[in-house]
Amino acid sequence: MKQEFTITIYTENQVGLLNRIAIIFSRRKINIESLNTSPSEVEGIHRFTIVIDETEEVVRKVVRQIEKQVDVLKAYFNTNDEIIWQELALYKVPTDTIAEKAKVERLLRAYGARAVVIRKDYTIFETTGQREETDTLLNVLGPFGLIEFVRSARVAIIKDSKGFYEKLKEFEQSKPATRIDSINRSRIEEETIDL
Amino acid sequence: MQIETIQDQKTTVQESIDITGSEAVLKALIAENVDIIFGYPGGAIMPIYDALYDYNDKLEHILVRHEQGGIHAGQGYARSSGKVGVVFATSGPGATNLVTGLADAMIDSTPLVCITGQVFAHLLGTDAFQETDVINITTPVTKWNHQITDANEIPSVLAKAFYIAKSGRPGPVLIDISKNAQIQKFNYSGYTYCNHIRSYRPKPNIRKEYIEAAAEMINKAERPFVIFGQGVILGEAEAEFKAFIEKGGLPAAWTILGLSALETDHPLNVGMLGMHGNYGPNVLTNECDVLIAVGMRFDDRVTGRLDRYAKQAKVIHLDIDPSEIDKNIKADIPVWGDCKETLPMITELIDLKQHDNWTNKFKDCNEKEIEAVIHDEMHPTSEHMTMGEVIDQLNEITKGNAIIVTDVGQHQMVACRYAKFNQSKSNITSGGLGTMGFALPAAIGAKYGAPERTVVAIIGDGGIQMTIQELGTIMQNNVNVKILILNNRFLGMVRQWQQLFNDKRYSFVNIESPDYVAVAKGYRIEGNSISKREDLKQSLTKMLEHDGAYLLEVFVGKENNVFPMVPQGCGVSEIRLK
Repeated sequence: MKQEFTITIYTENQVGLLNRIAIIFSRRKINIESLNTSPSEVEGIHRFTIVIDETEEVVRKVVRQIEKQVDVLKAYFNTNDEIIWQELALYKVPTDTIAEKAKVERLLRAYGARAVVIRKDYTIFETTGQREETDTLLNVLGPFGLIEFVRSARVAIIKDSKGFYEKLKEFEQSKPATRIDSINRSRIEEETIDL
Repeated sequence: MQIETIQDQKTTVQESIDITGSEAVLKALIAENVDIIFGYPGGAIMPIYDALYDYNDKLEHILVRHEQGGIHAGQGYARSSGKVGVVFATSGPGATNLVTGLADAMIDSTPLVCITGQVFAHLLGTDAFQETDVINITTPVTKWNHQITDANEIPSVLAKAFYIAKSGRPGPVLIDISKNAQIQKFNYSGYTYCNHIRSYRPKPNIRKEYIEAAAEMINKAERPFVIFGQGVILGEAEAEFKAFIEKGGLPAAWTILGLSALETDHPLNVGMLGMHGNYGPNVLTNECDVLIAVGMRFDDRVTGRLDRYAKQAKVIHLDIDPSEIDKNIKADIPVWGDCKETLPMITELIDLKQHDNWTNKFKDCNEKEIEAVIHDEMHPTSEHMTMGEVIDQLNEITKGNAIIVTDVGQHQMVACRYAKFNQSKSNITSGGLGTMGFALPAAIGAKYGAPERTVVAIIGDGGIQMTIQELGTIMQNNVNVKILILNNRFLGMVRQWQQLFNDKRYSFVNIESPDYVAVAKGYRIEGNSISKREDLKQSLTKMLEHDGAYLLEVFVGKENNVFPMVPQGCGVSEIRLK
């Protein structure tokens, strides 16, 4: 069964790595729903957050292919209930509509929208939330002359993650441990990719 | 050159001198013990070639006739020597001509370091003369690639390149160096070998519990069956592998890239897997109770239809590349790690055993195959020769001691089926990618990789015409390779499929050949062409005894087919004997 998976990848900051990761998906004709790159909690380590709609089997294989890349330190995949995630949306609305129609202002308030810029001709509101929340506001604003809309890629934090500092220490040792005693089958410590 | 150890990283003695980027490239190659480069010069790599002029005594360079020939030669060298093949090409078309070889080396896990010249850094992205985006073109077909635009980066990037190419599951690495970096002078302070990259784990951890589980499963097995691939050769684990199957009394069959890891005459060697493999290994895959896969990746040419493949068996999969586990076939016991380390651990735990009833089944199947296929292939009643009898005759003369390099198609399958091998790294072929035109240049490289050995390139009349220009390389460098063309005046494998599956609609498979002996003569290479059986033995002997390169064309039956065959879309049990 296909469902939304969020893939979190810790990488070196290398030119060309985005392409190397992207073609792993395109080669298998998998559409990337959302892609974000950002710094991570560890200086010098980059973090990719990629959302795809796929079966767990496919995601598992794709994540192994990603982790095989020389400049990738570690990759995880999670379902939506295993992560905290947010997206940011910007809405450009004519200022006079807001001034004239009290309903619009009420709506914006109800959805927790915050005005970022207010000009004579337009106002830009911002909301942060999950897809359904930003989508709902988009739909209700539509009829009131929404000028422009844009939504950011997903950023996500894995609930069970202990961060990357400890992992990095392991990676920096020139010799990998020869043996790990316990078999940890939980998804974020997916054993095949636990090095 | 002195080598001293600094912490745990070896480095060449501190030199601290001003040199050009080009010289740094050559110093890196020398430090990495490279003795030969296959290459072709051009505008953007001229500074490196200029530096090479002064390093002629330390680095041999073989001028090929086409960059594709260069990279296939590099592959042949790597496969026969076990070392990293090094290839030079210029920017633009020079670099794009490497792509087929890179894809071939990627899918067949061949360690290569390719160095391409690139236009000046300030011209990148301007559509400059001979500029091409080689990094992005080669990303899907390289294990790693990197562009250098500053000479200071050269020593460390090349150290990384060699480390990545040869460690773990080997593969091709491409380093693109802009012309300004080649010319740039910088302060060089020795070459530090790379033995660790924090984001790269060449070998996964070995899990003792899986070793124990694998051994237990093997001990309980009544009909265990080992299938092995090139991982045994790449891991240099031939002895460990033999000890493993001998202790467990485990019959073992090979993929075409695993061929020669275990000598042909070994009593537990039961033959070839896959589409044109032997009858027993294919049908008994679906009768074994434990299937032990060692350093192989369950390619579709090996498995046939997946949902009819070894469904009754428990699968133990040994592989150094974690992404291969569960990729095509779900493993009941995944044994991650280098098989040179994991095999002895399992061997220690398994019982000394024989499985006579079970191994006899392979013998019975073999009898059946001899009767239905092999006998007629070796002793044809037709006046036309078969490819099989040519290989058989070759075996008799070489005694299985030659390196056999094959191209792609019918002759490749026949050569893999019938050629005998006594030692590892002796079968060199394009397996995963199926690159026609591979054999002639790969044979050149194979000869440089193992100069003391006889190298025979067996090539079809289609494949030879794809890279025939490399006869020029053979001529110029007096490369002692034996070229055996099996000419059936068809693109035989495609014709076979058209016969069997497309109602004999022979669509564009008639291929005419030039007079190969005359072509060879034009390249000052001796040759002969035969079509009669009575000339075969003597001609092969003459070819092998000739001092230097020799081309022998053998006309074989036009419409012979390779059997057995697992037709595409069928399970391995549905193998056809005719």
